[in-house]
Amino acid sequence: MIKQALNTMSDLWSLMVGLRVTKTYFLEPQVTVRYPWKAVSNIATYKGHLELVSAKSPGKPKCISCGMCALACPSNCLTVVKRKPPKPTPEEEQAMAEAKAKGEKPKDKTPKDPEKFLYDYTLCSLCGTCMENCPVGALAFTGSTYLAGYSRDDFHFDLVQVLKNQAGLEGVDASVAPEAGQSEA
Amino acid sequence: MTTSQNNDHLAGDFYTQNFAKTAKDGNLILNLGPQHPSTHGVLRVVVELDGEYVMRAEPILGYLHRMHEKMAEVKTAAQFIPNMGRVDYGHALGWNWAFVGAVEKLADIEVPERAEYVRVITCELNRIASHLLWWGAYLLDLGAFTPIMYAFDDREKVLDILQIPTGSRLTYSYFRIGGVAQDLNADCIRLIRAFIPWFRSRLPMYKDLVSDNIILRKRIEGIGVIEPDACRRFGATGPVARGSGINYDVRRATPYSMYPKLDFVVPTSELKDARGRYDVRMIEMEQSLRIIEQALDLMPEGEVLVKGAPKPSWKVPKGEAYFAVEGARGKIGAYVVSDGGKNIYRTKLRAPGFCNLSLFAEVSKGTILADAVAILGSLDLIIPEIDR
Repeated sequence: MIKQALNTMSDLWSLMVGLRVTKTYFLEPQVTVRYPWKAVSNIATYKGHLELVSAKSPGKPKCISCGMCALACPSNCLTVVKRKPPKPTPEEEQAMAEAKAKGEKPKDKTPKDPEKFLYDYTLCSLCGTCMENCPVGALAFTGSTYLAGYSRDDFHFDLVQVLKNQAGLEGVDASVAPEAGQSEA
Repeated sequence: MTTSQNNDHLAGDFYTQNFAKTAKDGNLILNLGPQHPSTHGVLRVVVELDGEYVMRAEPILGYLHRMHEKMAEVKTAAQFIPNMGRVDYGHALGWNWAFVGAVEKLADIEVPERAEYVRVITCELNRIASHLLWWGAYLLDLGAFTPIMYAFDDREKVLDILQIPTGSRLTYSYFRIGGVAQDLNADCIRLIRAFIPWFRSRLPMYKDLVSDNIILRKRIEGIGVIEPDACRRFGATGPVARGSGINYDVRRATPYSMYPKLDFVVPTSELKDARGRYDVRMIEMEQSLRIIEQALDLMPEGEVLVKGAPKPSWKVPKGEAYFAVEGARGKIGAYVVSDGGKNIYRTKLRAPGFCNLSLFAEVSKGTILADAVAILGSLDLIIPEIDR
């Protein structure tokens, strides 16, 4: 009988101990961040979607269109569209013909940077395989956490265009507009 | 106007009908899930109820099957790593490790020592995060809302730390064949060092607030008793087996990586019930802290990725290998068979949750429905891992 009473007392005491913890934390400042109204600080190291790294001149990607990233990507979300060789002028054509006659290999004058760098963010799993396999380090993660869109197409980027927009070289394209603002944040 | 209504759906689907065949007359067949909040995802359990007592229970799987093993066949070895983070969102790095470990074993790749320590540290941090997630969610199942707030406060700190090297907060694809993707920087190591004493100071609070609480004790003590024999028969591992008194931990049973050099205790409990499993997990978090502390001290400087690490177009050497690691839920195994091509010919993933769940049908027999839910929670199930 006495044992039972003692047990009940110790049971009740365990509740009091718990309440003491609650009281301690109740009096402490709030830990919860009221997120949409307040910015959170711990997402600085978060790695968001991909972007092209610009070469020395802003707006021109470092990328050499080798296609290693597209090959490495586990989810096939990258497509690199190479530039077509420029139409040679008559003088150049003549020079090329001469070089060919001499047995020299014609020089490839095609600019190496890609015409388009299509990136489907809906498929991307942010594994970073593309970055690791890039021979020139032309790809990087943005720190963007708040990427959002109204339609599926909002997540299909042409990263070359995005880079140009960032550099302010061309008028802001509606399809990539949210992107340009994002990277500054 | 005639209304012809098709009432076939009321008879239930194939599983229900098959289950109902052997049900006693007058018993209720109830589908628990696949959208039931206490089944943590899309687990479906068909139970036969007599009043409030569970006569029979049958877990039904496959609602979250994503063909990970098939995907391993159509992707190159390096390309499959992101998948491993998605198998088990709770302990993603354990799965990362099991797969890269198997491929490394097959190809005989030596991992740099620093990378091994980085793996140990991140994997143990991930284990703490996983146990905290279980702790919060389990108590939520039992009707206590407050603990999850404390658990997630601490878990967020772990996620902040893991976010620095991995770049993500949940589905990590951090390990690479031959090392890890990125080194732990000074900032990260400082945060880990600060986290250890902080979390140590929190554990007594958890004990005061929840573990010793009489309401919890009355709720989970003595329910879901699993005999060690049953654990062995069903192949249960991890805290479920250790909670039944089986001293089996892959880190000690088949030592891998740097674990032989580290001093830690494998906790077991003789209680065999839900309480035993609860205790084991709580002690395991403490032990994980010890491991991290030692690994940080022992970690040498150096590379974290072996030179000439496999590229996506790397050809996997012919042969087969099996590698197992201790995950938060038990033994995670990866068995790879290669025919010498770029893609691994066949990958078999051993999920601990699958074996642990199969115990449920046996353990829940004759319990009250509310206790069955508490037992289900004590097994720490992550459905994506079970279905793969």
